[in-house]
Amino acid sequence: MSTHAPVHVHAAPQGFIRKYIFSLDHKVIGLQYYFLALTSVFIGMFLSLLMRVHLIWPQAVLPLVGDIKPENYLAFVTMHGTIMVFFVLTTAPQGGFGNYILPIQIGAPDMAFPVLNMLSFWTTFVGFVALIAAFFVSGGAPLHGWTGYAPLSALQSAGPGQGLGADLWITSIAIFCIASLMGALNFITTTLDLRAKGMKLMRMPLTVWAWFITAILGLLAFGVLLSAGILLLLDRNLGTSFYVPLVVVNGQVMGHKGGSPLLWQHLFWFFGHPEVYIAILPGMGVTSQVLSTFARKPIFGYKAMVYALMGIGLLGFMVWGHHMFMSGMSPYSAFAFSLMTMAIGVPSAIKTFNWLGTLYKARIRFHTPMLYAIGFVSLFVSGGLSGPFLAQPVLDIPLHDTAFVPAHFHLIMGVAAIFGIFAATYYWFPKMFGRMMNESLGRIHFWITLVGTYAIFMPMHYLGLAGQPRRYSQFTEVAYLHNLIPLNKFITYAAIITISAQLIFLFNLFWSMWKGAKASDNPWEATTLEWTTATPPPHDNFGGHTPVVNHGPYEYSVPGAPRDYIMQNDPATASTH
Amino acid sequence: MGLALLLVIWLITFASTYFFIAKTWWFPVGYSAAAAAIDHQFTVTFILMGIVFVLAQGALGLFAWRYRDRGDAHPVQYSHGNITLEVIWTALTAVLFIGLNLAGSPIWAAERFEPAHPGSVPVEVTGMQFAWYFRYPGADGKYGATNPKLIDPSSGNEAAIGLDTSDPAAKDDVVTGTMYLPVNREVDLTLRAVDVIHSFFVPNMRFKQDAVPGLAIRMHFTPIAVGDYEIACAELCGLGHYKMHGMVKVVSQDDYDKWLAAREAAK
Amino acid sequence: MATLSPTVTLKDLKTGHGGGIVPPPKTGGGGDGGGNGAPDYGGRLRRARLGLIVALTPIIMLFVAFTSAYIFRQGLPTLDAAGKAYIRDWMTVNLPIALLMVNTSLLLVSSITMEFARRQITRQAALAPVRSIPGISIGEERGFPWLYLTVVLGIGFLVGQWFAWQELGARGFYLATSPSSSFVYLLTGAHAVHLIGGIFALLYAAATSLLHRPVEARRIVVDVTAWYWHFMALLWIYVFALLVLAR
Repeated sequence: MSTHAPVHVHAAPQGFIRKYIFSLDHKVIGLQYYFLALTSVFIGMFLSLLMRVHLIWPQAVLPLVGDIKPENYLAFVTMHGTIMVFFVLTTAPQGGFGNYILPIQIGAPDMAFPVLNMLSFWTTFVGFVALIAAFFVSGGAPLHGWTGYAPLSALQSAGPGQGLGADLWITSIAIFCIASLMGALNFITTTLDLRAKGMKLMRMPLTVWAWFITAILGLLAFGVLLSAGILLLLDRNLGTSFYVPLVVVNGQVMGHKGGSPLLWQHLFWFFGHPEVYIAILPGMGVTSQVLSTFARKPIFGYKAMVYALMGIGLLGFMVWGHHMFMSGMSPYSAFAFSLMTMAIGVPSAIKTFNWLGTLYKARIRFHTPMLYAIGFVSLFVSGGLSGPFLAQPVLDIPLHDTAFVPAHFHLIMGVAAIFGIFAATYYWFPKMFGRMMNESLGRIHFWITLVGTYAIFMPMHYLGLAGQPRRYSQFTEVAYLHNLIPLNKFITYAAIITISAQLIFLFNLFWSMWKGAKASDNPWEATTLEWTTATPPPHDNFGGHTPVVNHGPYEYSVPGAPRDYIMQNDPATASTH
Repeated sequence: MGLALLLVIWLITFASTYFFIAKTWWFPVGYSAAAAAIDHQFTVTFILMGIVFVLAQGALGLFAWRYRDRGDAHPVQYSHGNITLEVIWTALTAVLFIGLNLAGSPIWAAERFEPAHPGSVPVEVTGMQFAWYFRYPGADGKYGATNPKLIDPSSGNEAAIGLDTSDPAAKDDVVTGTMYLPVNREVDLTLRAVDVIHSFFVPNMRFKQDAVPGLAIRMHFTPIAVGDYEIACAELCGLGHYKMHGMVKVVSQDDYDKWLAAREAAK
Repeated sequence: MATLSPTVTLKDLKTGHGGGIVPPPKTGGGGDGGGNGAPDYGGRLRRARLGLIVALTPIIMLFVAFTSAYIFRQGLPTLDAAGKAYIRDWMTVNLPIALLMVNTSLLLVSSITMEFARRQITRQAALAPVRSIPGISIGEERGFPWLYLTVVLGIGFLVGQWFAWQELGARGFYLATSPSSSFVYLLTGAHAVHLIGGIFALLYAAATSLLHRPVEARRIVVDVTAWYWHFMALLWIYVFALLVLAR
């Protein structure tokens, strides 16, 4: 299907602005996304640190921030979620690594639409600025949570921060939608149209499949979020009543009538559920890639992995109601949604079995990327298995909106997906910067983070069972929460240690860019196309020599082969894969 | 490194599982008629998922150690997969997950598909920033009209929910800040909200339902033991969300009647 | 920081400047691996069209979301002020149908003129290699200004929509008057915003002509814009039908 037509490749740019600021090169743009995400994750982590500290010491006056009032705490909750979900988990895996690596892995000189690519990054950046600005306007950042349920999010008088701060929040999200749609357009067109000769769809690395399917999810989901946001802006500012029925705030009758708070939830979660798959699918792709490379074995069940990715993507659009079991939605709909939700556990399980199958009778090399890939599998299992509890409406009755829910989604999004980003960083850093990251620092970072994140999020399950509700700024007012405070203390201490340990990663990242050991073109002895080209890759990725692909992506330890890996463009015996 | 992975993964698995089994932090005791069935479904899910958890993490740790590169010429099993295995474990997973779901469905149906039975105790729960109010319809069994313009949160009770006393049906309505219920009788609950979404959560009753503005949601549950049970708001509703709590006092039928009569008389 | 893009001479790569003497068209479709300097316009057109199809998907999703919100809201019962009963507050909007029909005709005609413009430049692009052979003359390139006419008609549609909004206001239906009126403004407004985007695309296409870009490249711009324009017409018919038939 690919036309194999060369992209209209721009000549290598000159000048700082064209090379590093408004670059059209997907590699530069990928790094721009990555560093935006890196900035965002440290802001997001800092917010979560403030949150955890406040929960344990509600009266504390902290440096830089002062004393934290309930509305401040809720503003941190809201901004932490928004920054992490959008500007970290939807930015680094897809915009960052996807942009950098996808064209190279399919043998293309760049993305299909380089100008659009540049615009999509800068639009994302504008969205980021708009979001952060909410902290600095009068009233501060909004307090309605990253999920922004109406009417709380739709009424300017419903709380501090619900004025201009909330308008900036929804505007930032709308801008982010447009930026993501532009990116999705590029990913899909590039994957369909720019594959090199011989790069059949079923020879694409699983990372490419993951980015491709993620882009399709984004293409279908972000338009709906945009529609939800437009309706919210209209309700907030122009007096419409899409979401707001007749309500009275602080004794004042608001001018709205007849709207439905559930409409916001339906529109938001129709986007919101695919969004969490957007956050995790690239990490799954990276895990498959890294496990195979360092196990020196083909990925177990490549086709099943592809179909599982598709299955997760498709089913991901049919389960949004499981966020709404307690919302007042029809219980019959709840039943239907819960069946679909249990069904989506099946392709996820298939992937886990296949990862285990890849390790079975392998020859594992424990470089840092591999540690993170193995960590991903462990965390995905842990986080995934709390899903079947929440997926059953009858069990959701005691568990909905308790700490059990953030335990579930943090293990998957807040840790496993992040491990996917770490694995990708350690894995592709040599190709991007021509140097190796430090292995010892990588190991220390891995161990502290693995144990630390388990120490933070495993106990949250217990807190949820005991009935601790979400988004409480302190636990002093509800009597049955008092004896949960010691466990909360433990979590806070674990968080302080784990967050601090991320500085090791930051140091390793920047130090290695200048002082890391020089990397060869293929330090991991991997098979995919990015390892066939120079380190770092030239402007057009392949120095004028478009690769021709003869093999599948994971031909490791092929019996009879001269060495334990066959690169995809190896001209020797074309294999059956 | 493989050994370290095995030990750490197994240790984390053991520690997590231990605290679940030991019930160090667990559900509060369930004092509603539905609690036993809900808790049972939870236990079944928990055991099955627990087994999967231990097996999967165990295998991961074991493989990480067992199949480490020992530097010898030990051959790697070159394999692109096994269709039979894929089919088997897909089918087993599907049966497990869907089966679990279907097993719990009758409980959901009993809780939510059917309305309260005749003869149950009617109570209307209204959530607002940041308090719960409870309304009893009185002898006429009908809730009187409320008027948004009459809502005055600072005056509490009747004024907080905007009770419109010009409506005859409202004259015998009792509004309180504490929920009294007679034991062993089903409660016919109507949930309302005045400003934003709140959620009426009583852990001891295994009961939770969002209170949504613009809707009057009918629910039911049956308390089966006398006692005081705390209510916590379970949907982010603003800066006072953490302190929006209340109390359900379940008392004997006699005590309940006396209490209600006293409140009627005080009007 | 390590160099991100070391300078590499790209002798073998296409630079996209198709000016000057161009050899006769090849019979094969794509794949310029040999570096003869001619960009593969056929491949680029296919890629641009693929990009357009992909880009139309989220626009469709936006209107699918608006439509479901519309249907949902239309049937939605809400608790009355006394808190006793559920009522439905959907009020039928008095749409200025005649005016909207005029606008619809303008848009449909603009689709026709757009299609003529697209075919016109397709012919010109096909003839371009012939035209550059010395000694051949096939007459003047200037044809009827279909593209500019489309822009005029498109702007006419938007002006007409503005008048329709004014008329709605005169009839007492503003954005926040009722849920049904909110949706009228929402759906027509969202369509208009996307149409304005189309007009910018048309103006860009016109600009590429004034800037003397190669006709094959201009053809791609006009072609993609044309399909987008047709889609906007279809979308308008859908919106109009929804607002009239599902009142």
